[in-house]
Amino acid sequence: MEIPYNVEARPDTGLYNAKLGIWLFLASEIMLFGALFSSLVILRTGADSWPHGWEILNVNIATFNTFVLIASSVTVVLAWANLRLGDLAKGRLYLGLTILCGLIFMVVKAFEYGSKFQHHLYPSSSTFLAIYFTLTGLHGLHVLGGLFVFAYLIGPGAKMWATEPARYTNRIEVVGLYWHFVDLVWIFLFPILYLL
Amino acid sequence: MSGHSVEEIKRETRVYLMVFVGLAILTVVTVAVSKLHLTTGPAILVALLIASVKGFLVAGYFMHLLSEKKLIYSVLALTVVFLLVLMLLPLGSAYGGIGG
Repeated sequence: MEIPYNVEARPDTGLYNAKLGIWLFLASEIMLFGALFSSLVILRTGADSWPHGWEILNVNIATFNTFVLIASSVTVVLAWANLRLGDLAKGRLYLGLTILCGLIFMVVKAFEYGSKFQHHLYPSSSTFLAIYFTLTGLHGLHVLGGLFVFAYLIGPGAKMWATEPARYTNRIEVVGLYWHFVDLVWIFLFPILYLL
Repeated sequence: MSGHSVEEIKRETRVYLMVFVGLAILTVVTVAVSKLHLTTGPAILVALLIASVKGFLVAGYFMHLLSEKKLIYSVLALTVVFLLVLMLLPLGSAYGGIGG
């Protein structure tokens, strides 16, 4: 059975179905990360003392990762823009750059975690590290999830372009919205955990 | 695909690149301000202010929230209400005497 409204907008919502679907999903994601940010507020305001993030964490590495993630957000919208112009080759190029940025982010994060473990700093070491590992770990899982979807869409998923280019372009828009959300979460995580 | 013209898409692309430059500059500003080692209150305020501007740029331009359909605004408005409750309850508990 054909899935309806995957290209043209539904008359009642004004949106194609996947777009409404991803926004509903992102709303639930806002509440998920919101609950953890709320926990951070409770832990921080209830603590007798709270360390400055820059005393424990590596600000330079996190700043570099912030630039990488911002760059990946730009490459996603550039991929989408090029697909709308009918240029699959350029669209795939920018998707490839997005994957590269995501991989760099994860590798840098892995080194960061490794360095903490080498210094015997674990989630159980302090309340600050517990919430740091929880928030950045969950965020990292989201980056990883996005990378799997991009890998599918640049590889086997790209076959759709030959028969349904508009639907494929919409898929890139939808995964792009998810990716920007992941970027948005990092934009708040970075100062709250590393700089304050 | 979207019904936008080639010229419109090219103009949007230029906007995306300008937003990228803006985000990069604001990231540098955030780190620079943190080096001033302000006291906790102002430091949190400035950091969240800059992060909010960056968030606005990402949501507004990359996620196209500046020109979205009404239904998405409704979904997000409801989410923001619950998020505010979630964030303000612990703050009220800590500083405003909620819950004694």
